Amino acid sequence: MPDNELNRRDFIKVTTGIVGGLIGAAIGLPAISYLLDPAFKSGGKEAWIPVGKIADMEIGRPYPFSFTRVQVNGWERTSTSHGGFAIRKSEDPKDIVILNSRCTHLGCTVNWKDDAQAFLCPCHDAKFSEEGMVLDGPPPRPLDRYADFRLTDDGILEIFYKES
Amino acid sequence: MWKKIFDWLDERLGLVDLYKNLLDRPEPQGNWWNTLGSASLFLFIMQAVTGIFLTVYYTPSPDHAYDSINYIMNGVAFGWLIRGIHHWGATLMVIVVFVHMLRVFFTASFKYPREMTWLIGVGLFLLTLGMGFTGYLLPWNQKSYWATTVGTQIAGTVPFLGDFILKALRGGSNLSALTLQRFFAAHIWMLPAALAGLIGAHLYLIIKHGESHFPTKDD
Ligand code: HEM
Ligand code: FES
Repeated sequence: MPDNELNRRDFIKVTTGIVGGLIGAAIGLPAISYLLDPAFKSGGKEAWIPVGKIADMEIGRPYPFSFTRVQVNGWERTSTSHGGFAIRKSEDPKDIVILNSRCTHLGCTVNWKDDAQAFLCPCHDAKFSEEGMVLDGPPPRPLDRYADFRLTDDGILEIFYKES
Repeated sequence: MWKKIFDWLDERLGLVDLYKNLLDRPEPQGNWWNTLGSASLFLFIMQAVTGIFLTVYYTPSPDHAYDSINYIMNGVAFGWLIRGIHHWGATLMVIVVFVHMLRVFFTASFKYPREMTWLIGVGLFLLTLGMGFTGYLLPWNQKSYWATTVGTQIAGTVPFLGDFILKALRGGSNLSALTLQRFFAAHIWMLPAALAGLIGAHLYLIIKHGESHFPTKDD
């Protein structure tokens, strides 16, 4: 009998262990994936954003554009405004510079001033050339460029935008 | 090697004694009704664990509570599972705790020397109901909003003190952001802390007195 008794107790111990382990795994593994879910999500949505008709853009004169992106983080939506200037250099529709109007100093929005023939930042008086080069003021680098762009068949200039 | 490490730890922590006293206690002739207390304990732990996980995404604010629950259900991997367990576990826990209480009543296990076990049990039952009541509001949907409106109104019908109780529960005269926030605080901090404390006392008494024998025909 004592042998038998021991076996029964061991059986219950082992069964409890196995069932407990199974329940633990069935809940534990999904729980880990639940916890780390945001890290697995591929952030950074991308899109082609229309800037304007290429025919409307005067050669040599910055053409302003702006667009808004809505970012969804969980249950929260944030919309951010972006803007820039497209500057055609010649008749060639590919010969174009597209600048981000966000000042590289602290992020104010620069404006094109015809009389100064430059982009001026209202915050700390920075001055950028038509190419975006720093002419004056505190910015550490030239204006950022939208390097990826394309022309659609009906003559719309589009830039490639990727969320950071 | 392992045996040596274990022996070293056991000598200092008393693991074997702990095991014998906590898990290897003698029980009267097995009866499935006697497992309901342990089932309540298991459900409490499960609610605690899934609840902690829910707070990773849930936001107790009127403008985000509903959306954050929606996000848990549709946007997060296995969110439906974690919330599902917590949601159904809540109902199950109320039932299991109640049936456990019934069995203690019908086997007359509340008699000497277990009166305090019973009284603490009454506290556990009320706290369990409190968990259900406060948790129900958290999704901040129509059903939970109106259930809490009615529930707090009922509490407000108490003579003389009613108005005060209603305001204390709601954090003001109306259901508002204050109501949601204090229900949340009660649901994740105050009630669970009280439950855990009382469960500790409950279990201490159970180990101290041992399980009561099942009444026989002669009793
Ligand atoms: C959170 C809720 C509760 C938990 C976790 C819990 C846990 C337990 C456990 C593990 C046992 C030993 C096993 C058993 O007899 O089933 C037990 C026994 C007992 N419980 Fe509870 N319990 C809870 C609620 C209650 C309630 C609501 C009452 C009554 C009002 C109660 C009264 C008792 C009594 C008197 C015993 C001793 C029974 C005996 O020795 O035969 N408990 N409880
Ligand atoms: S932000 Fe433009 S100059 Fe400082």
